[in-house]
Amino acid sequence: MSVDSATVRRIAHLARISVNEDEIAPLQNELNAILAFVEQLNEVDVAHVEPMTSVTPMQLRQREDKVTDGHYPNKIVANAPLTEDHFFLVPKVVE
Amino acid sequence: MTDLTQMTLAEARDAVAAKKLSSTELTKAFVDAVEKARPLNAYVLETPEKALAMAKASDERIAKGAAGPLEGLPLGIKDLYATEGTRTTACSKILGNFVPPYESTVTSQLWRDGAVMLGKLNNDEFAMGSSNETSAFGPVVSPWQRTGSNAQLVPGGSSGGSSAAVAANICLGATATDTGGSIRQPAAFTGTVGIKPTYGRCSRWGIVAFASSLDQAGPIAKTVRDNAILLRSMAGFDPKDSTSADRAVPDYEKAVGASVKGMKIGIPKEYRVDGMSAEIEALWQKGADMLRAAGAEIVEVSLPHTKYALPAYYIVAPAEASSNLARYDGVRYGVRVPGKDIVSMYENTRAEGFGKEVRRRIMIGTYVLSAGYYDAYYVRAQKIRTLIRQDFEKVYAQGINAILTPATPSAAFGIGEKGGADPVEMYLNDVFTVTVNMAGLPGIAVPGGLSAEGLPLGLQLIGRPFDEETLFSLGEVIEQAAGRVALPQRWWA
Repeated sequence: MSVDSATVRRIAHLARISVNEDEIAPLQNELNAILAFVEQLNEVDVAHVEPMTSVTPMQLRQREDKVTDGHYPNKIVANAPLTEDHFFLVPKVVE
Repeated sequence: MTDLTQMTLAEARDAVAAKKLSSTELTKAFVDAVEKARPLNAYVLETPEKALAMAKASDERIAKGAAGPLEGLPLGIKDLYATEGTRTTACSKILGNFVPPYESTVTSQLWRDGAVMLGKLNNDEFAMGSSNETSAFGPVVSPWQRTGSNAQLVPGGSSGGSSAAVAANICLGATATDTGGSIRQPAAFTGTVGIKPTYGRCSRWGIVAFASSLDQAGPIAKTVRDNAILLRSMAGFDPKDSTSADRAVPDYEKAVGASVKGMKIGIPKEYRVDGMSAEIEALWQKGADMLRAAGAEIVEVSLPHTKYALPAYYIVAPAEASSNLARYDGVRYGVRVPGKDIVSMYENTRAEGFGKEVRRRIMIGTYVLSAGYYDAYYVRAQKIRTLIRQDFEKVYAQGINAILTPATPSAAFGIGEKGGADPVEMYLNDVFTVTVNMAGLPGIAVPGGLSAEGLPLGLQLIGRPFDEETLFSLGEVIEQAAGRVALPQRWWA
């Protein structure tokens, strides 16, 4: 499989990365080089193979459902580019 | 006075413990060496004041008889590890001037045990690279040069700052991380030793995530023993990492020097790849001979799905990365680039903040997870991952203790030499290391000798899950037999 320029634009938008017109063609070539490289996986018969879902056989641990951390809003917002009263500020999203 | 920075971590530890040397003296020597080595670009942030303050505190603890196992020993920290109050960027522009309000579990354990931080080490942006050339802070220059040449070489990647700093004697040891070979390949390129432990052995908490099912922390240091000492402090159960292994941490140093007599070492025939250089082939043979001479039995084994590991990795790792890196949106931390609405703010921020290789991997990951392609790419790759793990399980079930392979297909290459037009050219560096991440196994890279051009070449040993001790025993045999590679000439100062 390979991608065309429209697909490159669609992927970029899905990934929330803006791309300039002049970046489309080189990106298309690079992505197609990677897709051509992974093409060889189609040689493998995977009909009766389970996909790996856990690297080491383990059950995810459970714990009591209670708050174990928090109460330091100053630290939480300390690195944000724009905040007000412990809120993160973003451009208007609701009209 | 002898140059203190040339000591191994074990030698420095013993000298400090015996009060022949204070941590302050030792740390001063390193602070000075770090400053002189700036042409290497190994450190992206030097923290000399912090280092000297930590050294002073160490000396006070030693005086009180309260020293920890790493007391007073100066280390470098890969910039992927969050360090409280000290800028952490993953060497990406998108994190800007991020100053973590918390400490990663692994580094907190190093400080608990008395270690001293010299600064933050360069790496490929978000650990995506095999040459340290994708860093927003620019490439690291390897302390190594080819015989009779002053061409600048890469130190490997992504932990290129770590490997260069250890090889150049500007830290006693360094933290690193390994998602597809990022500890072992740079170690091999610089004549240092690096271990990627079993998945789950070290906590991932507080380490900037790349591909969470593959990422694992580990050390790079001058010797096998130094690795064993560091790993003991770095490893251990952490409730804050859901895949952390809840099992005791052995005293790995005890395994260094233990007999390997009667151990069965597998040589996987599939690693004899097309176009393998005669030099790498000879190194591999030499490694097998060293282990045989120490009483191990060499057995040819088969890992039939080896060739599919790298292509499957380039589906799984970008898929996980595209998900992990969704958090960099210009809202909670890092850089923000304004836009006409919130979506264009996200898009502008991520276009500006991420480097070329990171953008490419996020896009591949987004594609293989998108509707209509998920089964064809992602699910298939995860099935192949199962087959890769089963290959290893079958070999270990035959009584094989560890597997010996070359660490890399070649010695270090020049800065700017690879991956310009075709990204896959760079990816092929990890062909021997990536299988280990796909299967979650431990792997160590140990220097095996020098190339005809005078550059280090590394051997890799792959172990059973949670059997790092066998790797330390076998690695020590190779280190003793091959001899530590001569340190590079200090051309930078």
